[in-house]
Amino acid sequence: MLQRIWAVMQKQFIQTLRDRRTLMVIIALPVLMLFLMGYAVEIQVDHIRTVVVDHSRDQRSWSFIEALENSGFFDVLYYVESQDEAIRAIDEGRARAAVVIPPDFLGAVERGEAQALVIIDGSDAMTVQSAYNAAITVAESYSVDLLTRKLERSQPGAHGAALQPLDVRVRVLYNPDMKAIIFMVPGIVAMILQNQATSLTAFSIVKEREAGTIEQLLVTPIRPLELMIGKLVPNVVVASINMLTILGLGVFWFKVPFSGSIWLFFWMALLFMVSSLGLGILVSTVSSTQAQAQQLVLMILIPSLVLSGYIFPREMMPKLVRFAGDLIPMTYFLQISRGIITRGVGLRLVWSQVVSLLIYAAVVFALSAGSFKQRLE
Amino acid sequence: MGGEMIVAEDLHKAFYSHRRRGRIEAVAGISLRVAKGETYGLIGPDGAGKSTMMRLLNGLYIPDKGRASVGSYDTVRQFREIHRISGYMAQRFALYGDLTVAENLRFFGRAYGLSAAECAERVPKLLRFAGLDRFPQRLAARLSGGMKKKLALASMLIHNPEVVFLDEPTLGVDPVSRREFWDLLSALRAERGLTIFVCTPYMDEAERCHTVGLIYEGRLIAQGTPHDIRALLPGQMVELRTNNLRAAEIIAGVEGVLEVQTYGRLLRVFVEDARRRIAALVGAIEASGIEVSGARVAEPGIEEAFVYLIRRQRQGEMRRP
Repeated sequence: MLQRIWAVMQKQFIQTLRDRRTLMVIIALPVLMLFLMGYAVEIQVDHIRTVVVDHSRDQRSWSFIEALENSGFFDVLYYVESQDEAIRAIDEGRARAAVVIPPDFLGAVERGEAQALVIIDGSDAMTVQSAYNAAITVAESYSVDLLTRKLERSQPGAHGAALQPLDVRVRVLYNPDMKAIIFMVPGIVAMILQNQATSLTAFSIVKEREAGTIEQLLVTPIRPLELMIGKLVPNVVVASINMLTILGLGVFWFKVPFSGSIWLFFWMALLFMVSSLGLGILVSTVSSTQAQAQQLVLMILIPSLVLSGYIFPREMMPKLVRFAGDLIPMTYFLQISRGIITRGVGLRLVWSQVVSLLIYAAVVFALSAGSFKQRLE
Repeated sequence: MGGEMIVAEDLHKAFYSHRRRGRIEAVAGISLRVAKGETYGLIGPDGAGKSTMMRLLNGLYIPDKGRASVGSYDTVRQFREIHRISGYMAQRFALYGDLTVAENLRFFGRAYGLSAAECAERVPKLLRFAGLDRFPQRLAARLSGGMKKKLALASMLIHNPEVVFLDEPTLGVDPVSRREFWDLLSALRAERGLTIFVCTPYMDEAERCHTVGLIYEGRLIAQGTPHDIRALLPGQMVELRTNNLRAAEIIAGVEGVLEVQTYGRLLRVFVEDARRRIAALVGAIEASGIEVSGARVAEPGIEEAFVYLIRRQRQGEMRRP
């Protein structure tokens, strides 16, 4: 039995290494993705191009606009005369936001009833969120500042800061600078592992069917389970190399801190890989051509990306959608991966996810072993 | 030796056909017996059920009805034992194009449980036998059609099988390579007493078999030695060469003519007592103003017998409903 597994493995390794072009793509793709994510994706949007409509043009309005600019989120491009003109600037894409200050801002501020309007281009979700938060934060701290100074003036000797009833300070754990790459690396690892493990396996089996070699294999003493294992091992090796590449680049190039145990992570990744490989076998049993397998793999990948929490936080999803996400192995691995890499937690805190993955891997493997037929029909 | 290697009893296998929206019987009740050391040729047109029969005998399909055994092993329950003692060459070139010639042989050797030492001993021998010893390092995909077939034959012989199944082994191969391939088979038969079960659409290959089965629409319509099969033709054969296709119609109307077959400009006419009738046949055609450029009595081949038998089968079917 071992000899037959070894025979299939050897053959598979030779074939993998001989197809240089495919191998290059397999290895280069994750690297490309990591660099794209690392340099192009920023979840926090700043330096939003902004136009200003200032009907007051007094000291207060200037200092408010200055405060907005100093926050780093808004770059004032130029001043326009009216709100309509400001909206036109956003329409034409010259600006993403506009600040409108009504007449007599100074007087209104003194009376405590000042208003300022911030118009945001809503076509980009990230911009909206960042601009919205930034505008509110800036306005709040600006008001507090004004209030404090006012009180200090009326009650000399009073300590301004002590007058604030509540002071909220936010400290972001694990990722204080809110760098996207730190958030992304554990996700990319999960995605690469799932996608490559599934597609490599599915393709290598479907290829035998397409080429007709499966018929020749079926008449040898090689059993389906032996064929499966022999085909999986080389794919595990390739997927592991990819995982190490991403982790290495993430840690050493992008300076993503790896907080937890690398060994724990390795075993968890292996478990996840095995369940993805099993998924690949399942895909192969229902596809008769590589193109079909490709489509199926994509059909699995997209819900995985959307529902697992890779891009969108699962907390915001409706219950039913979240339940659908519970059926996807990537959901669990993503939690494990973020737990170990970013938060540095141990097995004790992710054990329920580990159990879910184990069950998943067992079910997928049992299904795929059962569906892999020894006969042609 | 002695005894039977392959036994099939009333095998049936149907598949769902999308085109005909129903199940069609690819194999519809075939029984046959192949003795050890015998070469059996299953001859028939495309779609007659040859490949299905092959796969049934190798346990790749489960029959709907009937049973079969190879080397006394049941094709459904003991197919693994069958695979141990048999070699199977699928119709398509089913070796790995991205492996070299030697790697292909070694892979199948290891898959059949041969030790590395056994492989090292047998691979060069088989390469020499198949005439591939000059390019063991060539990728299988870069071999010519004939060489691919020889490599496939060599890889199915690596575990010294007792019986081999060849599904149209010379399809798409040039005539010289075809002859070479059959010479290899003859050598195997002589050296090891190998039982060979072969499917082919080529009638000349049928002549090289001990027993021939004619398969048509899932049924065996005739079975026997090539001599027996030829003997099924009525009368004797006269070959007439003319340049007018109308000659066939004229001759068919002549009294005592049992069968007319057209092969281009060649007419093969079956009559009793050919030697005496030949002049009358030529005369009948020339009476219509058609020139006859040649006429002789000839030995009929399997092909003529096959055409005759299929035609008779079709006429029978038309009369039946």
